[in-house]
Amino acid sequence: MNNIANTTIELIVNNHPGVMSHITGLFARRAFNLEGIICGEIEDGSKSRMYLLVKDDDRLEQIIKQIEKLYDVLEVTLREDYDHTIFNR
Amino acid sequence: MKYSGAEITIKLLEREGIDIIAGIPGGTNLPLYSALGKSKIRHILARHEQGAGFMSHGMARSTGKTAVCFACSGPGATNLMTAIADAKMDSVPIIAITGQVPSSLIGTDAFQEVDTYGMTIPITKHNFLIRSAKELLSAIPEAFRIASEGRPGPVLIDIPKDVQLETIKIESFDRSFDEDDLSICIDEATIERAAEMINSSKKPVLYTGGGIILSGAEDILMDFAHKNSIPVTSTLMGLGCFPSGDDMFIGMLGMHGQRYTNHIMHETDLILAFGVRFDDRATGKVKEFCPNARIIHIDIDGAEINKIKKADIAIQGDIKQAIKQLLPLIEHNARKKWTETIMDMREKYPISKMVKQDEQSPEVMIKKIGGFAGEETIITTDVGQHQMWVAQYYPFSKPRTLLTSGGLGTMGFGFPAAIGASLANPGKKVICFSGDGSFLMNIQELSTLSELNLDIKIIIFNNRHLGLVRQQQEYFYGKEFIASQFYCKTDFAKIGEGFGIESYDLEMDETPFLTLEKAIKKEGPVLINIPLAPEKNVTPMVAPGCANYEMIGGEINE
Repeated sequence: MNNIANTTIELIVNNHPGVMSHITGLFARRAFNLEGIICGEIEDGSKSRMYLLVKDDDRLEQIIKQIEKLYDVLEVTLREDYDHTIFNR
Repeated sequence: MKYSGAEITIKLLEREGIDIIAGIPGGTNLPLYSALGKSKIRHILARHEQGAGFMSHGMARSTGKTAVCFACSGPGATNLMTAIADAKMDSVPIIAITGQVPSSLIGTDAFQEVDTYGMTIPITKHNFLIRSAKELLSAIPEAFRIASEGRPGPVLIDIPKDVQLETIKIESFDRSFDEDDLSICIDEATIERAAEMINSSKKPVLYTGGGIILSGAEDILMDFAHKNSIPVTSTLMGLGCFPSGDDMFIGMLGMHGQRYTNHIMHETDLILAFGVRFDDRATGKVKEFCPNARIIHIDIDGAEINKIKKADIAIQGDIKQAIKQLLPLIEHNARKKWTETIMDMREKYPISKMVKQDEQSPEVMIKKIGGFAGEETIITTDVGQHQMWVAQYYPFSKPRTLLTSGGLGTMGFGFPAAIGASLANPGKKVICFSGDGSFLMNIQELSTLSELNLDIKIIIFNNRHLGLVRQQQEYFYGKEFIASQFYCKTDFAKIGEGFGIESYDLEMDETPFLTLEKAIKKEGPVLINIPLAPEKNVTPMVAPGCANYEMIGGEINE
């Protein structure tokens, strides 16, 4: 059934209420699939690191470009080599 | 000195050069209004928040400068939503500042509480919910930077009432940073590849859009098109970036483009997509859009590149800068063969002959009005048949002279936008083309116009229908006309007079052109009702989802 592999996008974002809404809202509005999210604050708590599990299909380029446009997103990195099983625990 | 959050907001808006704000006060933004009352900023009291929002559009779209609108929480904020969404779709730099219930009441379903922040996430470029007066000091300048930088767009700032009232100590409101220089050079190797592709192309077309206007690239575009003899087509948002009377101009493309324009697009071997986003109204069925063409896509928003159509050469950057670098690399070329083909196309698929014969047709009326008005006049439109006739027939020759809701397609846009445009451009005439359906959607602003006494002409093409809906029902829904007719015969001239605005009805007028000419050349507000047969359609038309070469109507013998 599901033969498109997943991949992971790592984000560094400003940590304030509303950032999660901006990210998940973008996925909902543009009808991108989001298979999993892990999020936690880093450093002094002013930033968070986020891992998004997404389908590795032809929309990936557009997803990344749209995420990069979000004001509170500071860094976007595609982590093709990451172990996705962490999302299943 | 100590300042309240409201005073800080107004001071910062003054510092950004804001001199007019359109809005409506309410319980949760009254501190802001108190501070505004002590400022030199002029406030325009709209009659509906959507009107205020579109007034800010009129200011921003006609000048390119960021404009501001105010509303209170709850219904004030929800009424602004359409104008904010419209600004997102058409890349318009506006800042909406809304009052919010006090922080302690947020989340309690307080009176006039709505999650303005949450609701505006998908329709703004960015938004802020302010949590302290101190935060305003960074958020407001940031909002102005975000609204105007790169691809412009709307920013919302939601300020709870207690934050407006909180006082803090501030030494000075001086600017602490310099403006960044954003004219970044584009990679020379990519520019060289693009120039080579243009020089070796046999049938290139410039497919231009709103990006040309936003970047102020109209003059250099002219040099570019003429140097290499590349015909220019434009999207709705790009109209005015190239003079419609120029030999190189081949009209608007897409759903209501002229037959020859869409046929030329079908022939082209290279499209220079400059400041466009391959919108479905421009491309028709994407798979069959310019099937023989390679694509050079230049846009300041990288996310637009490869979104709909894969580009052969993609350049993310400012169009003006890109053309500047390209211009010396492209050859002087008369392109005799391609120019001849285009002339043949114009002959073979001309603008409908019928239009030329019927004096009372809206197409002829619009052309004549263009003649009376002069090229400096700013045109606003609402949405529907009249909008497409204006796009097809009005003789635009300058950028920022057509203000229209292109992406969102908001009926009711044109009239408040005309008020904003007139306020921001004293001495310039503004004409709002509307339809009876659209005009009824923001008709309350006649009251605002009457107070302001601005040089605005409202022209209502009145067919007592939602004309473009009726037309689609005729073409695509087996002539089953449902919910597209107004049975009430509204006397718009009488309504105009009721608001104290000079009004005319051309229904029984034996010299309609004389009346129009007099009305347009006169100063001050005038409303003109032009009756129209409901059967009159906008042609040609491409059915939604079809390829652009499959056009309905607009043939020679029609």
